[in-house]
Amino acid sequence: MAATGAALYLFVTIHLLGNLQVFLGPEAINSYAAKLKSVPEIVWGARLGLLATVGLHILTTIQLMRINAKARPTAYTKKANSASTVASRTMYLSGPTIAAFIVYHLLHLTVGSAHPQYSETDVYSNIVFGFRVWWVSAAYLIAMGLLCTHLRHGVQSMFQSLGFNHPLQTPRIKKFANAVGILYFTGFASMPLAALTGFLPPFFERL
Amino acid sequence: MNLTLHVWRQANAAAPGRMVRYDARDVSEDMSFLEMLDVVNEKLIGEGKEPIAFEHDCREGICGSCGFMINGAAHGPQKGTTICQLHMRYFKDGEELYLEPWRATAFPVLKDLVVDRGAFDRIIAAGGFVSVRTGSAPDGNAIPVPKEAADTAMDAAACIGCGACVAACPNAAAALFTGAKISHLGMLPQGQAERSRRALRMVEQLTLEQFGSCTNIGECEAACPKQIPIEMIARMNRDHLKAAWQFRGAGKSGGGE
Ligand code: HEM
Ligand code: FES
Repeated sequence: MAATGAALYLFVTIHLLGNLQVFLGPEAINSYAAKLKSVPEIVWGARLGLLATVGLHILTTIQLMRINAKARPTAYTKKANSASTVASRTMYLSGPTIAAFIVYHLLHLTVGSAHPQYSETDVYSNIVFGFRVWWVSAAYLIAMGLLCTHLRHGVQSMFQSLGFNHPLQTPRIKKFANAVGILYFTGFASMPLAALTGFLPPFFERL
Repeated sequence: MNLTLHVWRQANAAAPGRMVRYDARDVSEDMSFLEMLDVVNEKLIGEGKEPIAFEHDCREGICGSCGFMINGAAHGPQKGTTICQLHMRYFKDGEELYLEPWRATAFPVLKDLVVDRGAFDRIIAAGGFVSVRTGSAPDGNAIPVPKEAADTAMDAAACIGCGACVAACPNAAAALFTGAKISHLGMLPQGQAERSRRALRMVEQLTLEQFGSCTNIGECEAACPKQIPIEMIARMNRDHLKAAWQFRGAGKSGGGE
């Protein structure tokens, strides 16, 4: 669980950095996408790897849920929460929502079947026109918000599960995990917001 | 002060239980929580009714016998305090309190607020010990222990095995208890010989007892009357990962039986 989480976290980081190139203009992001796609081994290797990782992450989650449901079959009449965060208590909610989002996201920006005017080569326009639909952007923003709460708990939990806890470093890791949550949300959210507010102009307006 | 109590009543392990309402009148703020229950019980006995069963022994916060939930908080709302050391001055007149036993498959309810914590004993039996040669007592400071190791071991050894960590954990995991025992022995020179197998066997026993699996939420640390930090859980995970690698292929408990 921690290992697959770490791999997914790495992907999200690379993906965010790749996507942010949209602010460098169509040439930058389109040539980046073309470069990636020109090496099918890398693209397909990464795709299959990601699919397997997501699959394993979900599988271990299901195992975990089954163990834990058996461990406390009778709920308390009252239960106080004192140390747990909202992020940690909603992992079973944020996780499946992200999974559903990934399916939609693939249909939207990779396959293109859920996109109003999809182009195989013009990733820049796909993003701009895709996000011009307000409810699509809204769905992305909600999904990104949940992704970041998921990461907020996930990142610090991963260190603990792998056996790393240190009186000096652990408070720093927690701060880092919180910063990751906020920073990644800002990064991801900036794209739909920029497209909606016209900050990212469609390709032809830039000519 | 006067309080309204809702208490889990269950005649025995097999019987179904339910919450029953009681009035606690003229409670002195100098009483401990258990003394307040003693007074309620005196009244019940006087009326020819079955008193509320709860566990207790030392009543000074060191034996680990006592403990149940007050309004969903293990050992009640006061940090770092067992229920026997919790005083009524922390409650307000007219408050409604819900008293429930620890709830976990591994801790079956025996009666009312009393649960069977034999699972903890079996975890200890699985590896929570050091093997020493008997004979004349060794010289007191013959084995040097680094100060930091001694401090950490001492913090871990503060665990009284009350079960609050399991009760507070949303997963009913016993990671803090087991982590504390593994850290206590694993930090000291005397605990090194069996360190790997100890981690393997105690963790395996956790699963056998049907405790849940830790998701690093931290409710245990907040509920622990001895304020044992979840750093102990990370140490358990570390020892377990190392041992699983060291004994790969030798079975879950490291073989050697
Ligand atoms: C605002 C946020 C995001 C934007 C703008 C975005 C954009 C894109 C784009 C344009 C593609 C297609 C690339 C191409 O066809 O060349 C893509 C693919 C993908 N994205 Fe995102 N993405 C976002 C967030 C996420 C998140 C949070 C995840 C996962 C947790 C994710 C997972 C994926 C996956 C798995 C692919 C498919 C990679 C492949 O096999 O081609 N994306 N994304
Ligand atoms: S009765 Fe001994 S710790 Fe409470």
